[in-house]
Amino acid sequence: MDGIFYTLQDFMTFTKGSAYLLIIAALLGILAFWRFLTERETPSVRDDEPHHH
Amino acid sequence: MSQPVVTVDYLKTLFTPDKSWLTPFNIVASIILVLGGLVTLLRFTGGLAAVTNLSDYQPWGFWIGFDLLCGVALAAGGYVTSASCYIFGLKRYHSAVRPAILTAFLGYALVVFALHYDVGRPWRLPYPFIIQSGTTSVLFEVGGCVALYLTVLFIEFTPAALEWLGLKKARNLVAGLTLMLTIFGVILSTLHQSSLGALFLIAPSKLHPLWYSSYLPVYFFVSSIIAGLSMVIFEGNLSHKYLHHKMDKTHLEEHDNVVFGFGKSASFVLLGYFIIKIIGIAMDNNWHYLASGYGLWFLVELLGFVLLPCLMYAAGAREKNLKTITKASTIAVCGIVLNRLNISLIAFNYHLPWKDRYFPSWMEIMISVFVITIGVLVFRFISTHMPILYEHPDYKDAH
Repeated sequence: MDGIFYTLQDFMTFTKGSAYLLIIAALLGILAFWRFLTERETPSVRDDEPHHH
Repeated sequence: MSQPVVTVDYLKTLFTPDKSWLTPFNIVASIILVLGGLVTLLRFTGGLAAVTNLSDYQPWGFWIGFDLLCGVALAAGGYVTSASCYIFGLKRYHSAVRPAILTAFLGYALVVFALHYDVGRPWRLPYPFIIQSGTTSVLFEVGGCVALYLTVLFIEFTPAALEWLGLKKARNLVAGLTLMLTIFGVILSTLHQSSLGALFLIAPSKLHPLWYSSYLPVYFFVSSIIAGLSMVIFEGNLSHKYLHHKMDKTHLEEHDNVVFGFGKSASFVLLGYFIIKIIGIAMDNNWHYLASGYGLWFLVELLGFVLLPCLMYAAGAREKNLKTITKASTIAVCGIVLNRLNISLIAFNYHLPWKDRYFPSWMEIMISVFVITIGVLVFRFISTHMPILYEHPDYKDAH
């Protein structure tokens, strides 16, 4: 395609297609990121419990 | 912590300088106030042309890019913190609410104050509500929301002032409105934080394609959440350093949890922001611009001020490392400022020859420094005298 789009359909197919692929990668990335962020956590104080000072 | 009774004599002592007044901070602040006062005089006697480099190409300059866009974004801590505490029920962040509301209130108040310098005829600021040519204007929405939200923030701030003044009945009346005000604040912030981005949708040919996107309103709103979370950490760290003696046991104990909780949230929102920025490039097929000078600058912003703080926040929250999170908050706050300046100044009018490009005059920068100094001084005055960083002894169980 050499980076030139002759029709709007070509452009939309390319951009939407790459966006969909990026979204799939992002969803997998978010899962891994969340795991990295929370795997060392221990249960903390619950917020519905009375708040003590 | 003993709470002084507000009497006339007590008020007199607040404004009576003693030897301890002569600190390096106060001396520098005084010099800035004097210089700022002189430039103010020049601005309101000589007009915009006397102090600014604004032109027909660039009618919105540093005062809009920095004072307004950055000011509003960095004041987002108010709605972010009060929403997490009162709407999402995360009561463990309660001690962060009052400092965040105060910062937000002062932030918005100073935005409106700075706007008086920028608009040609500041006495016409209320015109959109009285005389105007249409309610579909994005700027009208921004004006309306900022005016309403400033009022909301003022009411949200008043319980601290009323506790200080010993007006129990009035304080309890206003404190009863907290949830309603929080909901109102979130709605108004969602509207105008995004609309500030929408203002630039009118200039697709002026703003560089890497920054221009039909998602600009979404970018502005999501990045305001990052700014809010980061500012609470950043400002909490400064208060911890310089106003430590004013904090009670609860604030000192809860400080670390606020930093870890907000750091973790900020890392997740930054990741989301990074993803939608990449998707924005893909949707407009702007990849080829990345290999240009502006492309490199865009990558500096995206990798150095979005992805880097995201990873630092995540590592800090995982390792329970306060220093890493504090450093990440500084980078994230700088990143928000850089993003707003890129959109309003650096990548704006990018096609113009250098001789026609805008660079702020020293007096424009002076006024911005003057406005920030006023904010810091008022914040210091209020937080050292009113129950912001500690709970008033009469209202220990009030929440």
